[in-house]
Amino acid sequence: MIKRLLILVAIALFGLMLLPLLTDLGPFKQLTPLATRYAEGGTGELGAANLVTAVVVTYRGLDTLGEVTVLFAATAGVGFLLRKSSRQKDEERGAADSEEAGSAGGQAGRSPFSEILSTGSVALFPLILMFGAYIFIHGHLTPGGGFQGGVVIASGFALLLAANSARRLSHGVLQLVESLSGAVYVALGVLGLVLAAGFLDTTFLPLGKLGQLFSAGAIPIIYSFVGLKVGSELTNILESLRK
Amino acid sequence: MSTIEIFLIPIGLFMVAGAILALYQKSLIAAIVTAGVVSLVASVIYIILAAPDVAMTEAAIGSALTTVVFLYALSRIRKQGGSEND
Repeated sequence: MIKRLLILVAIALFGLMLLPLLTDLGPFKQLTPLATRYAEGGTGELGAANLVTAVVVTYRGLDTLGEVTVLFAATAGVGFLLRKSSRQKDEERGAADSEEAGSAGGQAGRSPFSEILSTGSVALFPLILMFGAYIFIHGHLTPGGGFQGGVVIASGFALLLAANSARRLSHGVLQLVESLSGAVYVALGVLGLVLAAGFLDTTFLPLGKLGQLFSAGAIPIIYSFVGLKVGSELTNILESLRK
Repeated sequence: MSTIEIFLIPIGLFMVAGAILALYQKSLIAAIVTAGVVSLVASVIYIILAAPDVAMTEAAIGSALTTVVFLYALSRIRKQGGSEND
């Protein structure tokens, strides 16, 4: 009883702490000086039609690199915790062999996967993949970008894995895509340092015309590699979680 | 009260109700799905507040991928619990 009372008191105090935020809340009448700078520079200096992408990739590019690093560390942690010892692998292989023999003899094995799900996943998977690629390639024009596109791609792989649990994805290929795109991201940042104003400056490529696919300097290239990296990392997590 | 607030307050209350429902759900799978629905409602709020980028992230990560990862984790826990009992 006393424990519950203490919890309620803690919640009430927390609410009291947040109350000033609620009373100060109101529509912003004008942009702060920094926001004005970003809003003008995003389309002018960087040529990005989507202002959020201009801020995420260029003005706050270092934070994005940090986010990508955090995601990498999380993936590495999941892979480390869920790794299989070689003995476990051998046992598993033995079990799978005997299971195959059993299902070949009679229909005693695992229940077959849903016909609707497996057929539907074959039809939907390429579309989802294409949609994910569309989101990150058009990151500088429409809402969304590398992170969103990458997650959409990973959800496509999740559908594929759910439809057919016998399918295995190669960790080697996923890791190769992930580390290559991470390295290219940093290399593009360094290229900005050499050719333009600073690290992760995207104006070393021509800005092009506002609203065109090939515009905004290196923003679409960087965001595409972020998308590949996020997609392969999250697919890697799903694949290691699965078995 | 502005028009946006008239929409936002019921949706926000729905979100809080969903979050509490997820806590008191008897079945873990139902709790995971309810938590995913809370994320989905949050992404609707972001769209109303004119933040489509955040809404896409919330819908894709919060309600799709997190749900899948939780379901995989749940099935792993159940599998391991079963092998210990054997």
